[in-house]
Amino acid sequence: MIGLTSYLTLSAILFAISVAGIFLNRKNVVVLLMCIELMLLAANINFIAFSHYLNDYAGQVFVFFILTVAAAEAAIGLAILVVLFRNRHTIDVEDLDTLKG
Amino acid sequence: MTITDFLFFAFAGATIMAALGVVTSKNPVHSALFLVLTFFSCSAIWLMLEAEFLAITLVLVYVGAVMVLFLFVVMMLDINVAKMREGFVSYLPVGALFAFLMLAVMVYVVGPVGPDVMGTAALDNAVQHGPGYSNTEELGKILYTDYVLAFEIAAIILLVAIIAAIALTLRRRPTTKYQTPGKQIKVKSADRLKVIKSDAEVLK
Repeated sequence: MIGLTSYLTLSAILFAISVAGIFLNRKNVVVLLMCIELMLLAANINFIAFSHYLNDYAGQVFVFFILTVAAAEAAIGLAILVVLFRNRHTIDVEDLDTLKG
Repeated sequence: MTITDFLFFAFAGATIMAALGVVTSKNPVHSALFLVLTFFSCSAIWLMLEAEFLAITLVLVYVGAVMVLFLFVVMMLDINVAKMREGFVSYLPVGALFAFLMLAVMVYVVGPVGPDVMGTAALDNAVQHGPGYSNTEELGKILYTDYVLAFEIAAIILLVAIIAAIALTLRRRPTTKYQTPGKQIKVKSADRLKVIKSDAEVLK
């Protein structure tokens, strides 16, 4: 029987996969951004599952705003990435150490 | 096993497999395409939770806009894929360990196994709506009344994001010729056209 726990478990698995992805792809900033999108998706599944099982629309409104902020974050993050690549010709996280002094 | 259970497991399996594809793909383009598949199957999961508006928003906004942006950037940047993969295997044990620990704790707290400290297993106030029910209408009703200020702040956030993204990536090339709209508007007809008086004469 599918219940709230099934959806929460799915979301937990997605979140764990994206945490592992951040560990594994430590060099590639693009894949790091994709892992962050996966994490937000896992959080959104939680919100929508609780919204359904509590019969309360506030959770869905919250997901709406998370989607908005995530879209803005992705746009600005990718813009910064493009400028970074234009100036440094790399997106390897280990080469981005100018602030180290 | 009912048809709903089957659909849930099918889409949940697709979501997890695609998410694994995102983090393990060699090529960032494949990662982006796997992320598209994750969003698609996840929107099917949201449809099963009767969040139809957000499910279609996920497809339109994420698959249609954000992922296309990701693909453009990935293909525009000249990434050395082999160099980016260095250290993947060496980070694998610690990454898998952390992910497994987090997963174990989260499933222990909210999942089907464990003591069910949050009482999530018993929580079921879900209402199965009939065919005349509109999720978009219900969401719109509270979005434009109770949450109208938050809605406008979201609009301002999007505007700031547009301006920031354009301002960051805009660059002036010295070799390109530009129009100056201010000068174009200020110009008068007298600056462009000069009427000269001259006597009529016959050419022979």
